Amino acid sequence: MRVTIWGCRGSVPTPGPETITYGGNTSCVEVSLDDGTILVLDAGTGIRALGFDLLDRGMRKIHLCLTHLHLDHLEGLRFFAPLWDERVELDIWGPPSQELSLGERIARAFSPPLFPVDLRDVPAVVTFHDVPRVSWTIDRVSLSAQFVVHPGPTVGYRIETKSSSFAYIPDHEPALAGAIAGRSTDWVSGASLASGVDALIHDAQYFEDEYEERIGWGHSSVADAVAFTRAVGAGRLVLFHHEPRHSDVLLEQLEDRARELARGNGGHSPTLAREGMVVELP
Amino acid sequence: METRRQKHLVLILAREFASNLATPTLIADDQGKLVFYNEAAESVVGRPFAEVGEMPLDEWTASFEPRTPHSGPLSPELRPTRIALDQRRAAHEDLRITSADGVERDVAVTAFPLFAHADEFVGIVAIFWRE
Repeated sequence: MRVTIWGCRGSVPTPGPETITYGGNTSCVEVSLDDGTILVLDAGTGIRALGFDLLDRGMRKIHLCLTHLHLDHLEGLRFFAPLWDERVELDIWGPPSQELSLGERIARAFSPPLFPVDLRDVPAVVTFHDVPRVSWTIDRVSLSAQFVVHPGPTVGYRIETKSSSFAYIPDHEPALAGAIAGRSTDWVSGASLASGVDALIHDAQYFEDEYEERIGWGHSSVADAVAFTRAVGAGRLVLFHHEPRHSDVLLEQLEDRARELARGNGGHSPTLAREGMVVELP
Repeated sequence: METRRQKHLVLILAREFASNLATPTLIADDQGKLVFYNEAAESVVGRPFAEVGEMPLDEWTASFEPRTPHSGPLSPELRPTRIALDQRRAAHEDLRITSADGVERDVAVTAFPLFAHADEFVGIVAIFWRE
């Protein structure tokens, strides 16, 4: 399994000289397998470059797994080149809602005054799926999705092959449901998804003092990301959903803080997600 | 895929909500298992949750000998918690109980079901109002 970061910024794109190293595109991660299976996680602005790359590689069958429909996870979809190619089959998975289907909710982003082309007029063959409540398979990959603490219906994903496991929980505030350390993981949001995975991409938007001013906004402090990783016994922690105000310099301070907090955990030190970063799993 | 068992997110959030309330509150899962009650409830039931742990709600409830306010019999299916679990609707009743500390108390109980989705029942919340 190869996990490639195409966008790791939180909330809003942040292009500019201060974000060149880690990137300014919003959430998008590609999971690819040797058998050609392609899963795309979220459709932030990072999906735009990924789309051209997928077409160059001749990909015609793509699964897009959305964690939720906040704009920073959806805004790139309209500029995803495979969507505009009639040879492409695109399966879009996302959290269910009581009121509108997944397709109806996404269609809002493809309607006036936000966008000139209606979703039903895109050339690709698009199919929408509510994520199942039990695990399911796509080709030889096993997936599970569960709701996690974040405003509005939001899921995280666990992705497994026979030899490796990976969890993607980019927007998550587990501490809002109580202290993480010292609590049974039965009572920790997202714990089942991330339990024992080889690699975990997790929200670490804030320094601890920033988080104190933003409790309830749906994101984690670096300390909570490390505590969550420790609680669930995940291997490698990739710090994700970078705060828009954080320059590359500040992000590296946040990474230092994560490593300080994780000292003694054993295993990998936490690392910052960076556009172009590839995590190879067996 | 084997993943570690975890409570439903709605129960996790309900527990955190209850743990911050001064009103005695308990939570049971969809199988009728008591999974949590808060500190305020300890003063009603007479024991901290840490001592009791998770157990069948009916078994736990029966230990308080719930009865009508005039100490008449109350069949189990008429308990608000049972109604919320079985019929998945809100219920309210005035009760007399004998707490674990041996003290007889008059309480009112309001119980209601928790649905994560319209067709996904995940448990109940019961609130005790002391007379």
